[in-house]
Amino acid sequence: MLLLVVFWELTSLSSFLLIGFWSHRPEGRQGARMALVVTGIGGLALLACMILLGQAAGTYSVSGILAQGDAVRASPLYGIILALVLIGAFTKSAQFPFHFWLPHAMAAPTPVSAYLHSATMVKAGLFLLARLWPVLAGTPEWFWIVSTTGLVTMVLAAKIAFFKDDMKALLAFSTVSHLGLITMLLGFGTKAAAIAAVFHIINHATFKAALFMSAGIVDHAAHTRDLRRLGGLRRLMPVTFGIAFLASLSMAGIAPLNGFLSKELMLEEAAHTVWLTPWAMGLLATAGAMFSAAYSFRFLAHGFLGPVRDDYPHPPHDPGPGLWGAPGLLVLLVVLIGLFPMTMAAWLVDAAAGAVTGTPVAVKITLWHGVEAVALWMSLAALGGGLMLLGGFARLRAIWDAAPRPEAKRIFDGIIEPLAALARALTTTIHNGSLSRAIAVAVLAIAGAGTWAFASGVHVPGTRVLLPVDPIVAVVWAVVVLAALATPFYHRDRILALVLTGVVGLMIAPMFVYFSAPDLALTQLSVEVVTILLMLLALNFLPKATPVESTAPRRLFDAAVAGIAGAGIGVLAWMMMTRAPAFQPISHFHLAQSKPGAGGTNAVNTIIVDFRGYDTFGEIIVLGIAALVIYALSETLLRSPSVTRRLTAIQPAREAGDRHPMMLVVSTRLLLPMAMMVGVYIYLRGHNMPGGGFVAGLVFAIAFLMQYMASGYGWTHARQRVDHHVLIGWGVLIASLAGVGAWFMGLPFLTSGYEYVILWPLEKFELATAAIFDLGVFLCVLGAVLLALASLSRLSLRTGEGVNTRAYDTEPTPEEAR
Amino acid sequence: MEALLAIAIGILTAVGIYLMLRLRTFPVILGLTFLSYAVNIFIFASGRLAVNAAPIIGMGTVYADPLPQALVLTAIVISFGMTAVIMIMAIGGYLEAGHDHVNIDDTSGPEDRP
Repeated sequence: MLLLVVFWELTSLSSFLLIGFWSHRPEGRQGARMALVVTGIGGLALLACMILLGQAAGTYSVSGILAQGDAVRASPLYGIILALVLIGAFTKSAQFPFHFWLPHAMAAPTPVSAYLHSATMVKAGLFLLARLWPVLAGTPEWFWIVSTTGLVTMVLAAKIAFFKDDMKALLAFSTVSHLGLITMLLGFGTKAAAIAAVFHIINHATFKAALFMSAGIVDHAAHTRDLRRLGGLRRLMPVTFGIAFLASLSMAGIAPLNGFLSKELMLEEAAHTVWLTPWAMGLLATAGAMFSAAYSFRFLAHGFLGPVRDDYPHPPHDPGPGLWGAPGLLVLLVVLIGLFPMTMAAWLVDAAAGAVTGTPVAVKITLWHGVEAVALWMSLAALGGGLMLLGGFARLRAIWDAAPRPEAKRIFDGIIEPLAALARALTTTIHNGSLSRAIAVAVLAIAGAGTWAFASGVHVPGTRVLLPVDPIVAVVWAVVVLAALATPFYHRDRILALVLTGVVGLMIAPMFVYFSAPDLALTQLSVEVVTILLMLLALNFLPKATPVESTAPRRLFDAAVAGIAGAGIGVLAWMMMTRAPAFQPISHFHLAQSKPGAGGTNAVNTIIVDFRGYDTFGEIIVLGIAALVIYALSETLLRSPSVTRRLTAIQPAREAGDRHPMMLVVSTRLLLPMAMMVGVYIYLRGHNMPGGGFVAGLVFAIAFLMQYMASGYGWTHARQRVDHHVLIGWGVLIASLAGVGAWFMGLPFLTSGYEYVILWPLEKFELATAAIFDLGVFLCVLGAVLLALASLSRLSLRTGEGVNTRAYDTEPTPEEAR
Repeated sequence: MEALLAIAIGILTAVGIYLMLRLRTFPVILGLTFLSYAVNIFIFASGRLAVNAAPIIGMGTVYADPLPQALVLTAIVISFGMTAVIMIMAIGGYLEAGHDHVNIDDTSGPEDRP
C-alpha cells in the first residue's frame, strides 16, 4: 500500500515536470504548479488514508486489505478513510470540484497530453477506486458520494467541453466528463456497473488517445487548434479526418464503434439505479451523453467539415505515416472492439473486472440488445439531442458567454496566494537569516515535542544495576565538566576557548578506555589532535577574540535555552542508561560471528570493515568529498582579489622565537618513521586488537602534520611525492576493488573472505580481504585529513609568509648576514 | 557512574548549544564540536556502560556492545570532516565579507574591517 503511495507521488512529480516542459511559458509553469498542488494535496490525503486503512485492516499488503473488506467497512475509521481516499482519487482523476487542473495541464506538448490525460495518470485515481472497490464500495456513503460526484462531473464537464474552442481544451474537458462517467459507474457499487466501468476505461483510452493525437496533427499541420479558425480539413487532410471521424463517432457513442458498447452499458445501469427518484439518474445520464454527442459532433463539424477556408495560419496537409500511424492503430482498435467485442476485449474485461470485483467475471457484450432495451432509446435521444445542440450552437454560445460562471483558476489563485503569503510570513519570522534564532526555535520545539512525547507515553522505572563510581574516573569527569563549564565564560579569548575544548576532547578518551571502548579512545585521541591543529590553523586567519555584542538578558535567554537542551539530553541519557534496551540488541550476532564469520577478534573493527562495510565505504567517500570541498573552497578563496587583499593585510603576530626551531624540526623528523611504524602496527593489528585503518590513517596524518608545523608548508610540500588527492582516490579505489573482488567469486559486493597463512619466521596469521578494504579506509582518511589541513595552510601563502630556504632556522652565519 | 555520564552529556550539550547561539563563527564552530562530543557519548552510552569488557573476542566472558562503538568511531571521524568544511567556510566568509557574523540581520560592522 505504501509503495503504491510512493509511486503515485512519482506520477504527480513526473506530470509536473511534463506539464512544465516548456518552462519559458508562464501558462506551462502555472499549469504545472496547479497540477502539483492539487494532486499533491490528494497524495497527502492518500498517504493518510493508507495508514488508516492499514490500521483498520491490520495489514499493509493490498491483497491482505482486500480480504479484510468487512472489517474495514465496520471500522469506526471507515468514514474518514473513505473521505481521504476519495480526495486522493478525485484530485488525481480531476473529478468535480477538483476538475479545474486538468485543462490547465494542456500547456504540455501534445503527445504528453495524450499520455497524461487519456491514458495513464488521470486513470490512476480510477485505478485506486477500482482497486479498493471490494473494500470500500457497497455502503450508502460510497454510493452517494462517488456516484453523485461522477454524475455531476460528467454532465458539467461535458457541457463545458461543448463550448470550448481549443481542440485540446475540448478534449480535456471531455476526458474529465468520461472520467466522471467511469467514477459514477464505480459508485453504483454493483458488479455489472463495475464491469461497464472497466470496459469503458479500455474504450476511452483507445478513442481519446487517437483524438488527442489527431488534434496534435492538426496543430502541427495548420499551426492552430482553434475550432473557430478551422473547418474544411476533410478535403485537405483526408487521412487525419478519417481517424478523427471514427474516434469522434465512437466518443459520441455511435454503433458499431466501441464507445457505443460501453455507453449502452452505462445507460442501462443508470436507468436501473435509484438516485433521489427512480428516473433522475437515467435522465441526467442521458443529458451527459447528449452533451457528449454534441461536443463530439462539434469537434468534427467545426474542425473538419464545412467549406475549405483560405485563412489557415499555415496551409494544412496530411503528415507522413510516422505521425498518423499511432492514432491509426488506435482507431483500428476502436473499430475492431466495436465489431467483435467478444474476441477483442472480453478477455481483458474479464481479467480486469475480476480483479476489481474480486470474483470471477465472464462478460457478454453484444451490439444489439433488442428494441425493448431502454438504453437504446436513451442513446438515440442523446444522439438526437446532441445534433440539435450543435444545430443551435451559435445561439447557445451567446447565452453561455453571457452567463456568469466561476473561473476556477482565479478561485484557485485566490486560495493559494494568501496561503503562500502566510507561509512566507511564517518563514521570515522564524527563519529571518538569524542562525541564533533558528537554533533557539529548533531547540525549544524539539524540547517541547520530546517533553510532550515523554509525558504522554508509558514508562517503567529504571531497574538496571548501576556501576559504582570509580574515584579516578570521577576526577577525569570533574576535569571534563569544569573545562566545559569554563568555556562559555572564557570563550571570547579564542585561543583559551580552543585549549579548553581540547582538554574536554582529550579527557573523553580515557573515559572511553574506562568504559571498555579502546578503539573509540584511540580514534578520539587522534581526531582531537587533528581537530585542534585545524582550529589553530584557522585562527591564523580569523580574529583572535570575540567582541562583546549580546546584552545580558540575551545571554540569560541563550543560557536558558542551552540549559533546557542540556537538561533534556541529560535526563534522556539517564533514563536510557538506567533501563535495559527495549529490544534485544543485534550485537550478539556481531560478537558471535566476529571470529568465525569475519576472521577477526576485534568486533568493532569487523563491524566497520565487514558487517557494515558498505556504511564505511560510503563514509570514506563522504570524508574524501569533504576534503575535496575544502580544497576547492580554498582554491577559490586564493583566486579572489578581496581575499588576497585581506590576507596580505593580516599582520603576523609577534613571534616568540624562530619560526622553525631546530629542536622541533629535528625531533619531528626523528619521530616521523617511528610514528609511521606505529601507524602500520595499528593498521595490521586492527582486525584482532584495537586499531584499524581509521586510527592508522590519523596517526600517519599527525606524523606528516608535525612536519608541516615544524618545517613550514612550502618546505614540506616541495618534498611531498604523492598528492593528497591521489591518496583519497587510491583509498576509494582500493576499497571499491576489495568490494568488487567478491563479485569474481560470485559473491555480493564487499563480501569478505580470509585465509590463514604461515610465513616463516612469523607466527601463523590470517589474511583477510577486509584488510584490503581497511587499507582503502586508511589511505582515504590519511589523504582527507592532510588535504583539509594543507588547504588551510595554503592560505597563509598569501599572508606574505615566505618559504624557508633552509631546513630550520639558526643564527645567520656571518656570510649570510652580509 | 551512569549519573555522572548523564550529567556530562547534559553539560556538554548545554555548552554546545550556548556557544552555537553566539553571534560569531568561531564560537559557533566550537559549540558544534561540543555538541558532537555530547552526541557521540550519547550514542556510545546507548550500548549501556560496561567496565573491563572490551569487545575483543576471547579476552573475557562479558563483552561491551560493539555496534554503538563502531557507529561512534566513524561518527568521530566524520565530525572532523564536517568541522573542517565549516571552518573553511567560516574563513572564506570572513575573508570575503570582512566580518565573521553568523546572522544575516546583524551585520552591523563596517564592510572592510580587517
